[in-house]
Amino acid sequence: MLTWANFISQLFNGLALGALLALISSGLTIIYGTLGVLNLAHGAMFMLGGYAGYVAYQHSGSYIVAVIAGTLFLFIVGIVMERVIMRYFYKRPPEDQLLVTFGLSICFVELVRFFFSSMSKTVPAPKIFAGITNLGFMFYPTYRLAVVGIVAVALIVLFVVLYRTRLGLIVRAGIEDSVMVDSLGINVDRIFMLVFGIGAMAAGFAGIVNAPVVSIAPDMGEAILVQTFVVVVIGGVGSFPGAVLGGLIAGEIICITSMVNPAYAYVMLFAAMTLVLMIRPRGLLGVKGRE
Amino acid sequence: MNADRLGNTQRRFLVEALTAAALIAAPFVLPLFGAAPDTVNRILVWGMLGIGFDILFGYTGLLSFGQSALYGTGGMVSAYLLTRAGFPHVVLALLIGMIAGAVVGYLVGLIALRRTGIYFAMITVAIAEMFFFIEFNPLSHWTGGENGLPGVPAPSLYLGFTTLHFRAGWTLYPFLAFCYFVGIVIALRIVRSPVGAIFRAIRENPLRAEAVGHNIHGYKLAAFVIAAAYAGLAGGLLGVMQGFMPPDAFMFDTSGQLVMQTAIGGIGTLFGPLVGAGVWLFLQDFLQSTLNLGAAWKLVLGLAFVLLVFFLRHGLVGAARSVYGLATGRKAAAAAPEEQSPVDEDSAPAAESQATLAPVTLARHRASHSFSGPILQTRGLSKNYGGIAANVGIDFSVEPGELRGIIGPNGAGKSTFFKMLTCEVSPSAGTITFEGRDITGMNVTDVCQLGLTKSYQVNQLFNRLTVRENLIIAALAELRGKLKLDMMRSLSGIPGLEDQVRHTLELVNLSRRVDTPVAELAYGEKRRLEVGLALASSPSLLLLDEPLAGMSPRERIETVRLLKSIGRGRTMIIIDHDMASLFELAERVTVLQEGQVLAEGTPDEIKSNPEVQEAYLGGVHEAMAQ
Repeated sequence: MLTWANFISQLFNGLALGALLALISSGLTIIYGTLGVLNLAHGAMFMLGGYAGYVAYQHSGSYIVAVIAGTLFLFIVGIVMERVIMRYFYKRPPEDQLLVTFGLSICFVELVRFFFSSMSKTVPAPKIFAGITNLGFMFYPTYRLAVVGIVAVALIVLFVVLYRTRLGLIVRAGIEDSVMVDSLGINVDRIFMLVFGIGAMAAGFAGIVNAPVVSIAPDMGEAILVQTFVVVVIGGVGSFPGAVLGGLIAGEIICITSMVNPAYAYVMLFAAMTLVLMIRPRGLLGVKGRE
Repeated sequence: MNADRLGNTQRRFLVEALTAAALIAAPFVLPLFGAAPDTVNRILVWGMLGIGFDILFGYTGLLSFGQSALYGTGGMVSAYLLTRAGFPHVVLALLIGMIAGAVVGYLVGLIALRRTGIYFAMITVAIAEMFFFIEFNPLSHWTGGENGLPGVPAPSLYLGFTTLHFRAGWTLYPFLAFCYFVGIVIALRIVRSPVGAIFRAIRENPLRAEAVGHNIHGYKLAAFVIAAAYAGLAGGLLGVMQGFMPPDAFMFDTSGQLVMQTAIGGIGTLFGPLVGAGVWLFLQDFLQSTLNLGAAWKLVLGLAFVLLVFFLRHGLVGAARSVYGLATGRKAAAAAPEEQSPVDEDSAPAAESQATLAPVTLARHRASHSFSGPILQTRGLSKNYGGIAANVGIDFSVEPGELRGIIGPNGAGKSTFFKMLTCEVSPSAGTITFEGRDITGMNVTDVCQLGLTKSYQVNQLFNRLTVRENLIIAALAELRGKLKLDMMRSLSGIPGLEDQVRHTLELVNLSRRVDTPVAELAYGEKRRLEVGLALASSPSLLLLDEPLAGMSPRERIETVRLLKSIGRGRTMIIIDHDMASLFELAERVTVLQEGQVLAEGTPDEIKSNPEVQEAYLGGVHEAMAQ
C-alpha cells in the first residue's frame, strides 16, 4: 500500500485540497482582517457555491456557466448579508458577531436542505478535463490536476486584486490599522461591502470548482470551516500569504496521513496547529495588527 | 444581582430557595402543559452543561465552541466504567467522569488559552472536531465508535434503611433535579466569590484586570476547568438518562446547540441555558409535530435565533429582567435615595475620622520589603521603536514619600517611560530598581503585586460593573495575591476588603456613587475612579499618567485637592501638562525632552531654568530680546 506512486498521488491530492483550502481561507482572512468579523457562515458559503453551481449546471449544462453563476451568486449573497445584517454588528462585541454568523450558517444549511433534501448531488467534470491522465509513473484524475490549475489562477487573481489595486491597498492597510484608514477619509462603508462580497465569492468559487471532485451535501461546509480555522491559525490571521502557506500545509498533512491511516488525519492536523501555537502563537506569517 | 453585593445577607439564599421550589414544583406543573418526563430530564442535562458554559462565556467572556469535547469525554468515561468495566457505583462513576472532564479541560485550556478572542473561539472549534474524530476512530474500541455505549444503568442510592431506585422518566427526575440544584448552588457561590468578581473583570477589561495585579491566565484556566467539570458531569448524566451513551454528544452540533440555547435563554444569568434548552426542545417538538414542519423546524429556529441576537441581546432571562425593571422602575427610583441615606450617615462619621487619620496610608497587607535608599531608580533606561528612540539613557530616582512631577512637550517620551516603569513595555536597555529589587523584565501583574501601579492616561475601567465592584476587584489583588482559587468564599468573608474599598471611595470622593455602573458616571467621576482603581491596591509607589487630562477648570481644582490628600504619606509620580497644577503639587519636577532628562529640581528651579524655557517657549526669548 505504501508505494511511491501512491505517495505521489496523495501528494497531488494534498496539493489540490491545499490550494482549495488556501482560497477559502483567504476569503475568511481578508474579511476578518479588514472588517474584524470572523464569519462562521464561511463554510456554509462554500456549500452554497456548490449548490448555486449545481443549479446553474442543471439549467445550462455548461461547466463554465456553472462556475460563473455560482461565483457571482455568492458575491451577491456576501453583499446582501453585509448590507442587511453584518454592518449593524461592527460596533457590537465580537461574541455577537460570532453568534449571528453562526445562526446564519444554520439558516443557509437548513434552507438548502429544505429545497434540495439531505441527499448529496453531483456535478460532472467538464468534458475536456474528464477521465484520467497518464503521468508516466501513475494515473491521476485529470480534473483534479485541473483543480490545482484553476485554483492557482484564482489565487493569482486574488493576489493581483490585493497587491496591485487601490482596493487591495486599502484592504491591506485596513488589516494593519483600521482606525487609521477610517481617519484618512476613505469611504470604508463601500470597501467593507466589497470585501465581504469578495470573501464570500472566494468561498463560493472554491465550492463550485470542488463540486465535481466530491459530491455536494448541505452539511459539507462544517468540516471545511473547521479546516479553514486551522489553516488561518497556522498561517496567521489577516495574512494572505499565511492563508496560502497554511492551506498547503493543512492539505498535505490531511492527505499524507490519510495514506497511512485516515483515522488520524485530523489528529495530525490539530497536532500541527498546536505545535504552531506553541512556537509561534501569532501564526507562521501573522501580522501584528489584528488580534 | 443584589445578592452579589457586600453585606446584603437578607436576600442571600433567595435564588437558591426559588430554584428549589421550582424544581420541586416542576413534575406537578409541567405535565399540565403536556411536557414529557424525558423532555424535562433532557432540559436539566442541557441546563447542567450550560451552567459551566455560562461561567466561561457569560461571566468570563470566553466564547468556546468546544464544550462538546468535554461533555463527550465525561460521558464516555462514566459510561465506560458502568458498562464495559462493570463498575457498580453510578454516582461515583459520574464523579469520575466529571473529574475526567476537568482534567481534559485543563489540558485543552492550556492550548486554547494561549490566544484570546476570535483565535480562542477558532481553536476550540478545532479541538472539538479533533475529539470527535479521535472518539470515533482510534478510540472506538473503548467508546463503541458509531454505536456508542448501550446499557448504562440508572442510579440507586442506599440510605442505610432503604434504597432509592431511580429508573427513567419521572422516577429519574428527582436524581437529575438534585444534581442540577447542587450544580446551581455551587455556581452561585462561585460567581459571588472573589474569583467570580475577577471573572467579570476579565470579561470587561482583561488588560486592566492584569494591571491591577491579577494573573488573568490562571483565572481563565480556572473558568475553563470549571466549565469542563460541569460538562463532564452533564455528559455522564446524559448516559444515565438515556441508558445509552451516544457518540453524537461529541459532535460540533452539541456545542453549537449549547451556544444557541445559552444566547436564547440569556448570557451571564446561569439559568439562561436551562430556559434556552426548554424553549429549544419545546419549539422543536411544537414545530415538528404540531405544525408538521418536519425537518424545516431547524430553519425556523435558526431564523428565530438570528432575530434574537439582533434584537434581544440578553436573551429571555435578560428581557424578563428588564421588563421587571420597567414595571418596578418607579418603586426602585423612589427607594434609591432611601438606600443612599444610610451610606451618607456611614460616611459622615467616617469622614471625620478620616480627618484625624488622613495621613495614614492604607495598610499594605503583604509583607513589606525592607530596603534602603530610593524607592525607585532607573539606570540608562532606553526604548527604541524601530529606528525611533522614545527614551534614551534615562537615569532617574525617587525617594520614599516624595511627590514627583514629570513634564515635557508632547512626544517627549513620558508615557513610554511610565509604561517601562510598570513593565507594560520592556526596555531596550537599562535597569529599573524598585524598593531595592531589580524589576526589569518582570510583568505588569507581578510589579503591581510588589506595590507599583499606575492610573492610565485613557480610562481603563470595568464598564458594566458598579463603582464598588470596580474597587473590589482592585483591592482583591492586594488582599489575595495574584492567583487564589477561593471559589467557595463570599466577598464579605474577606477581612479588610470592606474597609479598603470604603477608604478608597472616600479618598476619591465617590461614596455617593457606590452602586452606580461605570457607564453612567460623569467624566470627572470616571477619572477619579481611574485613580481609585490604582489606589485600591494600596501601592507603595503610585504613578499617575495625566490625571487632569480633559477636565474642566473646576474639576481640576477639586482633583488637585484630591491628589494632595492622596499624596500624604505616599510616594507618587505624576505626569501632566497642566504646569500650574503640577508645580503646586510636586516637590520636585523632572523635565523630559526628546526622550532624555533635560532638567530636574524644585518647581522654582525648573521655572527659572533657561533650558526648560527654551524647550517650552521655543526661542521666543531671543526673539523678544532682539
